[in-house]
Amino acid sequence: MLIVKKLSKHFKGFVAVDSVSFEVHEGELVGLIGPNGSGKSTVFNLISGNLSLTSGSIRFDGQELAGLPSHRVCHQGIARTFQIPRPFRKLDLLENVAVSAFFGSAVPIRREEAWKRAKEALGIVKLSGDSNVDVARLGASGLKKLELARALSTRPRLLLADESLGGLDETEMEQAGEMLEHIRSEMGITIIWVEHIMGILMKVVDRVIVLDHGEKISEGLPNEVADDPKVIEVYLGDKNEVGHKAADTTVESLQSSDYISRKQC
Amino acid sequence: MTRFSKFTALFLLAAVPFLDLPDYYMHVLILILIWGFVYTGWSIMGRFGLVSLGHGAFLGIGGYTVGMLWNFYGITPWLGIPIALILATIVALIVGYPCFQFRIIGHYFALVTLALAEVVRLVIIGMRDYTGGSLGMTPQRYGEGMSVYAFQFVEKDYFYVIVLLSWVFGIWVWNLVDGSMARYSMEAISDDEDASASVGINVTREKLKITILSAWLTAFGGVLYGQYQMYLNPDTIAGISVSLQIVFASIVGGMYVALGPTVGAVITILLSESLRILVGVELAGLDGTIYGIMLILFIIFLPRGILGSGWAKPLEILRFPKDKPG
Ligand SMILES: Nc1ncnc2c1ncn2[C@@H]1O[C@H](COP(=O)(O)OP(=O)(O)OP(=O)(O)O)[C@@H](O)[C@H]1O
Ligand SMILES: [Mg+2]
Repeated sequence: MLIVKKLSKHFKGFVAVDSVSFEVHEGELVGLIGPNGSGKSTVFNLISGNLSLTSGSIRFDGQELAGLPSHRVCHQGIARTFQIPRPFRKLDLLENVAVSAFFGSAVPIRREEAWKRAKEALGIVKLSGDSNVDVARLGASGLKKLELARALSTRPRLLLADESLGGLDETEMEQAGEMLEHIRSEMGITIIWVEHIMGILMKVVDRVIVLDHGEKISEGLPNEVADDPKVIEVYLGDKNEVGHKAADTTVESLQSSDYISRKQC
Repeated sequence: MTRFSKFTALFLLAAVPFLDLPDYYMHVLILILIWGFVYTGWSIMGRFGLVSLGHGAFLGIGGYTVGMLWNFYGITPWLGIPIALILATIVALIVGYPCFQFRIIGHYFALVTLALAEVVRLVIIGMRDYTGGSLGMTPQRYGEGMSVYAFQFVEKDYFYVIVLLSWVFGIWVWNLVDGSMARYSMEAISDDEDASASVGINVTREKLKITILSAWLTAFGGVLYGQYQMYLNPDTIAGISVSLQIVFASIVGGMYVALGPTVGAVITILLSESLRILVGVELAGLDGTIYGIMLILFIIFLPRGILGSGWAKPLEILRFPKDKPG
């Protein structure tokens, strides 16, 4: 479905993504992991057209995506969420999703249909309660769900979920994992999931791709990757600690480089 | 505003010509409606953060295209108007497309448009053999000056009806945009262009659509102004000062409300007229100075304008309710 070949992105000489290649097959739920700054979000930005790539190729169902503007990528059937939620603050919750459903649809749809799809999407992420709420009143978890609802309302075939569930408590994290699993299995949407908390990610994904300093250092089934010495060295540390990390990882530790250094010692 | 009060208001406005008001009052009313129409056209894009400081360019294009086609080729304004709108579209595309494609937003966009207003003014002055340069030009009078064919109406009552219809049309267009999906996309774009593009919004196209619509209304306003005054001058119709006056009035009136820009027109025209009468013409620049000071005060204390602000409760009746679908 998605074939990424030798994808590179340089920011003024700094190599954020370095010749990364991978494939994602229809119906898969793939985890994309790596330490902070390893290039995960940049890979998403390149696929979604938010950033232009330096070199390489991204093929989606045989069609080259490189050079396509974001809105066209969306119309091709690829939706994304942003790691740091980016709600439209001048619109209320339902309008946020409805505008996405209306403009994100590959074929033009009627207005009523957009509102219907928006309500459905809010239902899937369990945010349907008060849909006229001001988005400023949504908490961290609500904003993450809004991101997801907006992406789903465009009826994608491939979802790029940049979660890194910062700011959520443990039950919310569990729920988010279940939600993605549900979206994959019930709605048949292929997913690439970026996540820091291994304990949750490893349980649900079919396959894992590991990035470090912009390079792909490992790829395989969750248990294979967890045993890969290279991965253990840069990221996982002692693999017996994996479960334990899931529990004590909090927002600050996710966002700070302190997190990486702790893993590395 | 309820349907009933809307129709009552319209009826009262339509009845004005039967009141036999002195010409001067008709003149002030006509100016208010023409400028109310122009400001409404500006705020159609201005309300979404597309702050154009160059709308004088479109006024000038409208007024001069129609006037020159009439004077040099005898082309009726009925043909001149569509040609002026096409020209306004081309200019809007030439300026808008690169700006939107390269994500020139906010202050930078405002600066580019400011340059546009000045370029059009300088072009008009530069083509002085055809446009009369800074001395201005007068559309040739047709017969007695009362002709549908020539779009000339010396009788103020007739012109009043035309500008009233144009103004109603402008408010109707404003409300149409307000209730459309374009409003949602523009609100999203004005907040976050990347996120908008990611949910499938063609940012450049949406912005161009709204810009062209705004340019059309403004250019048509320029035609109305030229045909009413029967005199065109690059400084009053094309330069930076008229462009800034458009921005000032729309902000003061309240650009997020349908009737806000019109309230802005009432304020600016009453202000400049009373200054002219009270102080005379010696201090011709005084209204500009007062506009400037008021603008600063409004941006600081009342950024949503008079109609858009909470304390203007008695004026609440002038707002149109927003229909929400679904
Ligand atoms: N627009 C940009 N300009 C310059 N450098 C950038 C830009 N975006 C990302 N980078 C750099 O590229 C590298 C990769 O960033 P990226 O956001 O992709 O990492 P990540 O794997 O998503 O990290 P995290 O786990 O913290 O989300 C970082 O060093 C970052 O500073
Ligand atoms: Mg990231």
